[in-house]
Amino acid sequence: MSTASVKLPNWINYGLMPLLNLAVAFVISGLVVWLIGEDPFEAVSLMLEGALGNGEGIGFTLYYATSFIFTGLSVAVAFHAGLFNIGSEGQAYVGGLGAALAALALDHYVPWYVTMPVAVAAAALFGAAWAFIPAWMQAKRGSHIVITTIMFNFIGAALMVYLLVNVLIVPGKMAPETRTFLEGGQLPKLDWLMALFGMKLGPAPFNVSFIIALVAAFLVWVLIWRTKLGYEMRTLGISPSAAIYAGVPYVRTVIIAMLISGGLAGMMALNPVMGASARLQVEFVGGAGFVGIAVSLMGRSHPVGIVLAAILFGMLYQGGNWVSFEMPNITRDMIVVIQGLVILFAGALEFMFRPAIVKIYTRLAGA
Amino acid sequence: MDGFDIFVSILGSTIRLSIPLIFTALAGLFSERAGVFDIGLEGKMLAAAFASACVAYLTGSALAGLGAGIVVSILLSLVHGFASITSRGNQIVSGVALNFVAAGLTIVLGQAWFGQGGRTPTLPTTARFQPITLPGADTLHDVPILGPFYANVISGHNLLTYLAFLAVPACAWVLYRTRFGLRLRAVGENPGAVDTAGISVTWLRYRAVIVAGFLCGFSGTYLAIAQSAAFIQNMSAGKGYIALAALIFAKWKPVPVLFACLLFGFLDAMANFMQGKAIPGIGEVPVQIFQALPYVLTCILLAGFIGVARPPKAGGVAYTKER
Repeated sequence: MSTASVKLPNWINYGLMPLLNLAVAFVISGLVVWLIGEDPFEAVSLMLEGALGNGEGIGFTLYYATSFIFTGLSVAVAFHAGLFNIGSEGQAYVGGLGAALAALALDHYVPWYVTMPVAVAAAALFGAAWAFIPAWMQAKRGSHIVITTIMFNFIGAALMVYLLVNVLIVPGKMAPETRTFLEGGQLPKLDWLMALFGMKLGPAPFNVSFIIALVAAFLVWVLIWRTKLGYEMRTLGISPSAAIYAGVPYVRTVIIAMLISGGLAGMMALNPVMGASARLQVEFVGGAGFVGIAVSLMGRSHPVGIVLAAILFGMLYQGGNWVSFEMPNITRDMIVVIQGLVILFAGALEFMFRPAIVKIYTRLAGA
Repeated sequence: MDGFDIFVSILGSTIRLSIPLIFTALAGLFSERAGVFDIGLEGKMLAAAFASACVAYLTGSALAGLGAGIVVSILLSLVHGFASITSRGNQIVSGVALNFVAAGLTIVLGQAWFGQGGRTPTLPTTARFQPITLPGADTLHDVPILGPFYANVISGHNLLTYLAFLAVPACAWVLYRTRFGLRLRAVGENPGAVDTAGISVTWLRYRAVIVAGFLCGFSGTYLAIAQSAAFIQNMSAGKGYIALAALIFAKWKPVPVLFACLLFGFLDAMANFMQGKAIPGIGEVPVQIFQALPYVLTCILLAGFIGVARPPKAGGVAYTKER
């Protein structure tokens, strides 16, 4: 009997299997740590201590998580429509331009809460614009979106470096970055939120964009499961031919899905650009767009799952910094390995354990 | 330097920069013509570069380094094959994952083993692939035009460079003139037909990804122990993706792959050459234009403005045998 057609309850599909895949990824990472002569259990406890040990650690964890929520949502929205957007990295990078232009234009004149909506819109607009051409090429010309979004990551990186080095740079300065935004162009930290729990944020750049990210996650849930457009996107994702037969406009749905996806990626820029460094810098995205792929796969493309997975990856990033500080033998790049393994096991090999689980489940259910 | 010398020097560096692209794009060619998308070229190249540098350092032999590069690259290919052929997972996700694993692991292991910030120790010249001076290069050197051209463009490269140029006709021959090649192309277009003929789709695709790993082993080795004298972190620097672009630009055909890689290598050489120089009448051209041009050209091609790039029909789809 084929095991592929057996229906499993949701708690196995959305709970047990992701956890099992995650566990395998961590066991292999542990083996790598052990291989280079360090104690994996000590590394884990250091990681937890660094990520959750005090207010500052939690602040950094949530700061990283904020970026990953945006990029995770970005990947997930496209994924629901059957599109694999690898371009979140580039869309976030270009989105940073929108956020920075809004901040640079307004920070002299208005307080942050006036700048914020403009910056959110500008970041989303720029990110969406960068997703538009690959979307159009996919919808109208049939060019594979994976390839075009990869290409657009590189084109975007070249464009942004050019702009920062030649246009946006402060005259007379060496560093390719914009001037520092005044307070009107910065997103304030969430010290008060941490203080509610009796913790001190310290220098951690945990800021208002976390709340924007949670709002975005809620809106994505509404979009995907409570609107006609979301229904059309999901239909398209499950079966393009059935969707077209049922009258779903293919070109329009693909382009809108990618614009939303690019917009969410662009909004990620608010967090590092306006929330942390208060200026636009080269390579500020730092791979968060790619983490979004792992986060979306782990979170099963559901906003709740994405928020949880983003916090997990935030812990990995902040905890990883701590580990590399305490154990110089383990560099920060260990996070990249873990990230790769999570993508491998939660994404590409997600069904590896399914036949075995189905066997156990049917035996237990039958008994 | 007069115009001709500049021309010869740009041509020489074009060739040097094209070699890794040629091997990698040919690797992608085998995998994708068999219906297995390979985003993981970059990671395989990087892992091979690291392995070859480590083994060449430990053994002092460039050939042992090459062997290690090939083995590690094939191992990664097999993981990709297991995920995308056996487990029927998403091929793109698997490729992305392997790129991350390779990018992280090379630095983590490099730092743990050698403690030089992810670098491997610098190799002595004996442990690297040395430039080969072809016969007559010195005697012809004084002949105008032909002499410097022969000495700098044709002669004076290392073994792997010549192998890359041989690999192109060899791949074309395998793909178009052997039974394996015919079946490989068929399995990328219509695996059902291949299966009906009693040929194993799974084994055929596994062989295709193994060939891809084999060729990526050469490109990684070239980066680490022919072009450079050590592994440097993230030294593939997106070349795997440029090779992927070249493969698409060449419409998944071996001989055009050579020219696409040479074109993209030339753009790279121009980017290096033009840095800080001004073109009369236009002024200084930003380097970023040359860096972005391969991707822009590929996108224009993909949009169908320069002919049509039609990927293998069954690409990216795992084959499920009917029961």
